[in-house]
Amino acid sequence: MNIPVRVLPPIKNPVEALDRDRKQYYSTRILRSIVNSLDPDALRTVGITDVDLFIPILTYVFGEAQLDGTAAIVSGARLRQEYYGLKPDRRLYAERLFKEVMHELGHTFGLTHCDLEHCVMHLSNTVAGVDKKRADFCTNHWDEVGKKLKELERAYGT
Amino acid sequence: MARKPSIMIVDDEEIVRTSLSSWLLEDGYDVLTFESGKLALEALGKKQFDLMLVDLKMPGMDGLELMKEVKKSLPDMPIIIMTAYATVDTAVKAIKEGAFDYLMKPFDPEEISLTIKKIMKQQMLEQENVYLRKELAKQFQFHQLYSKNKKMQEIFELIKTVATTDVTVLIHGETGTGKELIARAIHAESLRKDRPFIPVSCASLTETLLESELFGHEKGSFTGASNMVKGMFEMADRGTIFLDEIGDISPKLQMDLLRVLETKEIVRIGSAVPIPVDVRVIAATNKDLRKGIENGTFREDLFYRLNVITVDIPPLREKPEDIPLLIDQLIEKVNIETGKSVKRVSEDAMALLMQYRWPGNIRELKNVIERSVVLAKEDIITLNEIGPCVGHISRAPAAAGDLSLESMERSHVAAVLKQNNWNISTSAQILGIDRTTLYKKIKKYNLEQDK
Repeated sequence: MNIPVRVLPPIKNPVEALDRDRKQYYSTRILRSIVNSLDPDALRTVGITDVDLFIPILTYVFGEAQLDGTAAIVSGARLRQEYYGLKPDRRLYAERLFKEVMHELGHTFGLTHCDLEHCVMHLSNTVAGVDKKRADFCTNHWDEVGKKLKELERAYGT
Repeated sequence: MARKPSIMIVDDEEIVRTSLSSWLLEDGYDVLTFESGKLALEALGKKQFDLMLVDLKMPGMDGLELMKEVKKSLPDMPIIIMTAYATVDTAVKAIKEGAFDYLMKPFDPEEISLTIKKIMKQQMLEQENVYLRKELAKQFQFHQLYSKNKKMQEIFELIKTVATTDVTVLIHGETGTGKELIARAIHAESLRKDRPFIPVSCASLTETLLESELFGHEKGSFTGASNMVKGMFEMADRGTIFLDEIGDISPKLQMDLLRVLETKEIVRIGSAVPIPVDVRVIAATNKDLRKGIENGTFREDLFYRLNVITVDIPPLREKPEDIPLLIDQLIEKVNIETGKSVKRVSEDAMALLMQYRWPGNIRELKNVIERSVVLAKEDIITLNEIGPCVGHISRAPAAAGDLSLESMERSHVAAVLKQNNWNISTSAQILGIDRTTLYKKIKKYNLEQDK
């Protein structure tokens, strides 16, 4: 996207996000704590965590974003081969993490899921699904992201 | 585009409503939530829903009671019953009483999205089925094309003749005249009909993207090429590829395309190995390619390769007899898609539609009718709905004296843009062209928004 990226110092997972019975973190609450500590200079902020995330109605989520908002959260927990009892694979993990970050960022740009299997906005609830898609938006979704970026450029300057 | 599928969630727990609805919103659905069966029933009378997710245990009316009520008036409404305490008994009871499925909270995300997809697909097929059955009986129909016009009937005959051969066809027609539908009809009449029909819009992609779309690429052939990807030509193998806006492709791609047509082989980007492909090529353009040859932007040899058979589609203004026929077809189609029951267009509105020049052709007519059916308050479309789309524009010529098509187009585009506050997407939709084309027109006519 040609946008400078900065890595912020880590923040603690908020205690109130932990569900002791489910042994998982409620992603919306972590997202809220990210939103509360936003750097005003950042167009978008994506949190990356290693804990397993959920929302109350689902057994797990890979991530969550504010649709057309500024922040998102992605969990690496289920993206690691180890989670499925397989040999660690750092490259594959990094690739999956990148795709999920792109996916959630897409939501912050107002994109919803894409029917095209290769588009990174295709919904994937399994790592097999993540591996199937490309780490890239389809042309239509690139158009939408580009449009949003232009709007932001107009609003904030480059 | 069809409207977003809409989902109703009924659950007394707020956290379920919010978390489920935000998740479904990301999936592109229209979602409304209700905390009780009573409120849900009220809403059902006002809006159309495609699917209901209903909690089993709720104070007052419970999920099964609600389902019974809904099924009285909407017997086909798919309902998923959700529960935190699943027992075999209640599950069996729910399904027996007509629930589509019975899911336990919390849901496995894969399970819920597959269940919803299954329902949406089934509904789509049912709608399509109803539509197709009606369509079959129609006169003046050739596949998805409708026309009483003599020239069009000749085109239908020509299609039947050339379809069974593998000759290349070049379709020429203004924007919105149905070039892709002609191409689809040729494919459907051909021996390749059970193989893929792959449409590619050559104007909407950059040269490099189009090249990779058409011919595919090997893993690592450029940044971001993390996997081998097959191109459209390979995907269309033993089928038909439809190259729309062929007049817009770059000289390099013209050469590549010529080579494919001559050798019947493609080479993926980043590879040197030719792959044989058996593909019928149909190309389309709204430009005069002969002019392109004259000024050197289009290769003559490629033109003759493509132009073995030419189909010249007349613009809508040259076949006004088709307007009422097309309107009937469109109203019926939009009724099915939107659940409305519009019957016809009022006489004065029809008179206006017949007078209008339709620069965006059938696609513009389609947009006007879609919009009017949605907006129609009664079961007749009146000037109230049609007027804003075509009314004052068609009555007011651009500038007295200059009645050239170009000047009419300029003022029409400018008027539509102004009317829609320069919203490009909406204006493009009303004009019946895509956004890229609209941008080109804005540039061509030097149009600017009033400050």
